[in-house]
Amino acid sequence: MSARAILLMIGKRLVALVVLIAILSFLVFSLVHIAPGTVVDAYLGGKPATPELVQALTERYHLDEPFLTQYWLWLRDALVFDFGESTLTTLPVTDEIGARLGPSAFLAVYAYLLTLILGVIPGVVAALRQRKTLDRGLVAGAVVALSTPPFVMGILLLYLFAVLVPVFPAAGLGEGFLDQLWHLTLPALALALCVAAFLLRHSRASMIKVLDQDYIMFARARGLSRRHVLVRYAFRNALIPVVTVSGSLLAFFFAGAVFVETAFSLGGIGELLVQATETSDMPMIQALAMLIAVLIVLANLLADLAYVAIDPRIRFEGRSA
Amino acid sequence: MTEAAITTPQRLTGRRVRRRPPVLIALCFAFMALVLLMAIAGPMLAPHDPAQQDVLGSLAPPGAEHWLGTDGLGRDVFSRMLAGAQSAILGPLVIALASMVCGNLLGLLAGYRGGIIDSLVMRWVDLMVAIPSLLIIIVVAGALGGGYWLAVGLLIVLTIPTDARVMRAATLEQTPRPYVEAAKTLGVTDGRIMVRHIWPNIAAAAVANSVIIFAGSLVSLAGLSFLGLGAEPGTPDWGQMLSENQPLLFTNPVAIIAPGIAIALTATSVNLVGDWIYEKMSSRGAGR
Repeated sequence: MSARAILLMIGKRLVALVVLIAILSFLVFSLVHIAPGTVVDAYLGGKPATPELVQALTERYHLDEPFLTQYWLWLRDALVFDFGESTLTTLPVTDEIGARLGPSAFLAVYAYLLTLILGVIPGVVAALRQRKTLDRGLVAGAVVALSTPPFVMGILLLYLFAVLVPVFPAAGLGEGFLDQLWHLTLPALALALCVAAFLLRHSRASMIKVLDQDYIMFARARGLSRRHVLVRYAFRNALIPVVTVSGSLLAFFFAGAVFVETAFSLGGIGELLVQATETSDMPMIQALAMLIAVLIVLANLLADLAYVAIDPRIRFEGRSA
Repeated sequence: MTEAAITTPQRLTGRRVRRRPPVLIALCFAFMALVLLMAIAGPMLAPHDPAQQDVLGSLAPPGAEHWLGTDGLGRDVFSRMLAGAQSAILGPLVIALASMVCGNLLGLLAGYRGGIIDSLVMRWVDLMVAIPSLLIIIVVAGALGGGYWLAVGLLIVLTIPTDARVMRAATLEQTPRPYVEAAKTLGVTDGRIMVRHIWPNIAAAAVANSVIIFAGSLVSLAGLSFLGLGAEPGTPDWGQMLSENQPLLFTNPVAIIAPGIAIALTATSVNLVGDWIYEKMSSRGAGR
């Protein structure tokens, strides 16, 4: 695939991405209007409705304008990261989110690395030891891990490694990189295990399929070392379907983070979302929904790019939707 | 696809070895039956009233009187576990049945007829794949105030497209087969071909898919209750027990471990049964 074709593909994906974000932004904006009570109630968030406050909110959010004008004005502000003020703390929503991004980003990156390590390596090992005890054990473990949601896994891990054998802290974030790494190990594991189990099954199936191909046997017959064949021929080809599913893995990942952050009280974005839904903090819900939507869409784009990078044969025109 | 029809000896034995031991599946069925029994007769079997509070007897460790101890308000954890099976099973059952009926109809229509229904269903699927449904539910349920049946309704709406996609793919494989052509030639109506001719051939996939949807929505509903967006506060529910009893991790850990394990075990056994049905179906060669 030429550089021009790749650029064209990226361009097409970006256009689709902008359309998707536009649709989502409209849905997110409409949330205020489907909430019980009037729109002013949604922005009041339980505060007493004094005439001055209602007047101020009406001006602030242009509530006297027609619906579509309101949406346009909201979108224009949203493009410069102005989603209004939290009804709970009356601070700008964007500032509050910014303060909470750190722990979430740390958890996400840590859990993602763990997922890759715990998913791909055991998957490949299981494929090489097909139908042996190790393989069966790994596959059985994967079924259990796959059925255990992150919040249950988090609590079981907490019990095992913070109460029974207290090697990890039960809550908190820690100071400095190493301390944070230590504090976030259990949450990251809770988040990673479920997704890693899915990845394990995929990489195992894909590796078994590749090892069955004629070119693997031919490479061995030509006298290439087993190690060389496994790494350069089998592993690289087996990785392609794994990268393909990683796009849908990310969706799992974002949803799981909300539960794990709540279970471990990490004070990240996910916990902020739960707190905002509990207090019906509408501007906060809108801003977080937009942020997560944009992150997921961008992550899907990255997964597609990784797909091209890993398999140069791919013709995007031939891919089914 | 043509080489799949050639059955090598290796493939035959491989298939036999890969089949799971039925003992495990029998265990899964037994566990599912147990949970079902708890859901139907749980409140009657419970040794204590699941809602009865006893502040003086709170945080009791497991013993003869309270098998799994008591929670922070002195309620019997074992009784709450039994009663909690109901909300764990009922919602997912409704979701699995509703999305099976709607998803199968849409999938059949999209796969057999194509056209506008097909493109509508596929765009809906694309949107659902792009954004995780749990996050949509958290945001929408948060805006609307939450509640068990709201969560069930939202989950139905969001699982229909995934079911429809699977059924569409299965239908697409059946449509070019001679029996469909024969029925068409005989003048059988499209509706009858879809329901009476194609559907029985993809029924195994439909059932297996619904079983897996059941497990998925069980976990999702428990998660929403854990976040406080599912079961009403106070009702015995496994997901809610997890969040309510989380402060007891150091004082009476059984109160939080038991519902956690119940959720994980139920989901695991349902998933295994779903996989088993799917495997049985594909080894019979009915679907693929």
